[in-house]
Amino acid sequence: MSHPEHKDNLGAKLGMWLFLFTELLLFGGLFILYAVYLARYPKEFGAAGSELNVTHGAVNTVVLLTSSLFAAMAVTAVKRGQKRATIALLSGTLGCAAIFLVIKYVEWSAKIAHGIFPGSPKLIAGPPGESVFFGLYYLTTGLHGIHVVIGAALLTWIAAKVKTGSLHAGDNVTLENGTLYWHLVDLVWIFIFPLYYLIL
Amino acid sequence: MSSAEKVAPVTGGFWQDTGRTGIKSWIFSTDHKRIGLLYLYSVLGFFLVGAVLGLLLRIELMAPGRTIVGPETYNALFTVHGVVMIFLFIIPGIPASFGNLIMPIQIGARDVSFPRLNLLSWWLYAIGALIVLTSLFTGGGAPDTGWTFYVPFSARTGTNVSLAVFGVFVLGFSSILTGINFVTTIHRLRAEGMNWGRLPLFVWSLYATAWVQILATPIIAITLVMVIAERTLGVGLFDPGRGGDPIMFQHLFWIYSHPAVYIMILPAMGVISDIIPVFSRKPIFGYKMIAVSSVAIAAAGSLVWGHHMYTSGMSDTAVMIFSFLTFIVAIPSAIKVFNWVSTLYKGSISLEAPMLFALSFILLFSIGGLSGLILGAAATDIHVHDTHFVVGHFHYVMFGGTAFAFFAAAHYWLPKFYGRRYQERPALVAWFLMFVGFNVLYFTMQVLGMQGMPRRYYDYLPEFERLNLVATIGSWILAAGLILMVVNLWRGLLRGEPFVGNPWGGATLEWSIPTPPPTENFEEEPIVTHGPYDFKGTGIP
Repeated sequence: MSHPEHKDNLGAKLGMWLFLFTELLLFGGLFILYAVYLARYPKEFGAAGSELNVTHGAVNTVVLLTSSLFAAMAVTAVKRGQKRATIALLSGTLGCAAIFLVIKYVEWSAKIAHGIFPGSPKLIAGPPGESVFFGLYYLTTGLHGIHVVIGAALLTWIAAKVKTGSLHAGDNVTLENGTLYWHLVDLVWIFIFPLYYLIL
Repeated sequence: MSSAEKVAPVTGGFWQDTGRTGIKSWIFSTDHKRIGLLYLYSVLGFFLVGAVLGLLLRIELMAPGRTIVGPETYNALFTVHGVVMIFLFIIPGIPASFGNLIMPIQIGARDVSFPRLNLLSWWLYAIGALIVLTSLFTGGGAPDTGWTFYVPFSARTGTNVSLAVFGVFVLGFSSILTGINFVTTIHRLRAEGMNWGRLPLFVWSLYATAWVQILATPIIAITLVMVIAERTLGVGLFDPGRGGDPIMFQHLFWIYSHPAVYIMILPAMGVISDIIPVFSRKPIFGYKMIAVSSVAIAAAGSLVWGHHMYTSGMSDTAVMIFSFLTFIVAIPSAIKVFNWVSTLYKGSISLEAPMLFALSFILLFSIGGLSGLILGAAATDIHVHDTHFVVGHFHYVMFGGTAFAFFAAAHYWLPKFYGRRYQERPALVAWFLMFVGFNVLYFTMQVLGMQGMPRRYYDYLPEFERLNLVATIGSWILAAGLILMVVNLWRGLLRGEPFVGNPWGGATLEWSIPTPPPTENFEEEPIVTHGPYDFKGTGIP
């Protein structure tokens, strides 16, 4: 017995939005700890935060915003049936993701070279508030980095589907959902950047 | 199935016509009914494992001093009993098994919104369970922290906490995906005429549950990640020596784990709301209030986690607020109980197995709920905190509540899927043994707690000896009833009397389709013209 397959695009998007809620709450746990410990150690957070490289953070913010722009343009392109433009725009997003990760790598390496990493002797010897700050910094940006990698893998898979033609103007909800996920990755960073690099 | 096929095969419906054969037709099936049964057998299997561990705990506590195991093994036993029962049985329990089996049919759908995601949920459950089981026999041995994984002990103990915690993380993922699937399904796939006022109350309860699964589970996920980071990297977020605060772990843990209590109990309340009217031959009393109270419990229950922490060191203001909110949750819970009782009033009650389990749910849940208020009031909680009173309390709610509802659902709905039924008399005897054994076991525990016997202690003072012996004997009566019930269900569903048509006289959609249900549930999309408890409108005498 087979019935005509009718795709429920609205349902697919609803499911994706619900999933994005769960992602927000996942990071929410880390942001709660940030709030509590900031209230407890404002001075130490200030001192530790000033050690972060604002230039790296700012460049990465621009890179991620650009990547999201490409992703949004890819949705428009696929709806207009422009296959090559869609793939090019998705590649742009992936390129930005790579740049972001490289900068993150440089940033982390510099910190680790200075003896600042979870459980390092320098942090253990220093004031407790700074140890907590960098613990949260590494966990939050690390988790965000994992999300960048997952999002990039997702968009690569979607670009391949566009290329084979199984994802096209008439059936593009997977692309829309994939870019929704990418916007979430972007959005989380939009909160991480000011909280860790700017306001302290 | 092999032995059954010799006697009389279960034929027709979704048992046939799949493209695959053998085990593959199950573990790769995207049919919600097959996934529901997969879950059912998985959770039931783990329930029996957890029950055996519980019996061992009771034997150890039967007499003071060493009875059968040493103190380290005892710590591992209560930890694994808790982890298995909570994460492998009760949380997926009713929603993933009976929710999957029944919910799509009750709303007139062919399947859930994301059938492949549904299968992935089960696979994640299976993988998570495997990881948890592996943690028992590898590394430093079975975790000994208690199911709550409290820091600082969980960050320092040499047992295999990291792997167990990772397993629970994977199980959380499975739970989230089920929640997303159910919310989307209930929003998008209701049949024509199945408006929100005609949803069966079981579906309403699953809807509220699914939201809790979506909104609360990510918090435990990130908390468990932090425990792993604490153990492997030494981040120090919960280590006071490094500026961290162990109380923050408790907050994050309970922000999930208290709402998780409602993931466990809400679907059970849904089952009861569906069974009571059918066996009272009367429409449910207060449909709207029961539906709304499910959502109200989910909402209010998300704001009361602090009542687990009265003795952990919170401000008095926080204690009073959490205590107040805890009492608020009692209101929608009581609304449900009163509505069930009002449904019974002047009903034509037939005391068959599903109904007996449902009625005992009302009593046991009420005892559990009211003893919860003793714990929710800060003044009394200080005295009974971390005693056997707490253990008795949550077993009344979780076992007397959720597990009894699970058994009620099994007796009520499983014949529909097998086309055969269990024998009534052994079912009644099993229920009686379980009901008596249950109360002997857990009421005694509450008394012991009142007298001051702490939980999780390996040894106890001589004055507690007599009641501990009574409780242990109760556990044996309970186990005897449990074995009889499982055997009776197993034999009956495979080779019992045929079960056709609508013998219970239910008005929800699952009783309008053939037994066993066809693969696609409905020959053609149903058009719903009456409410779920409108027996007259359905033409049921």
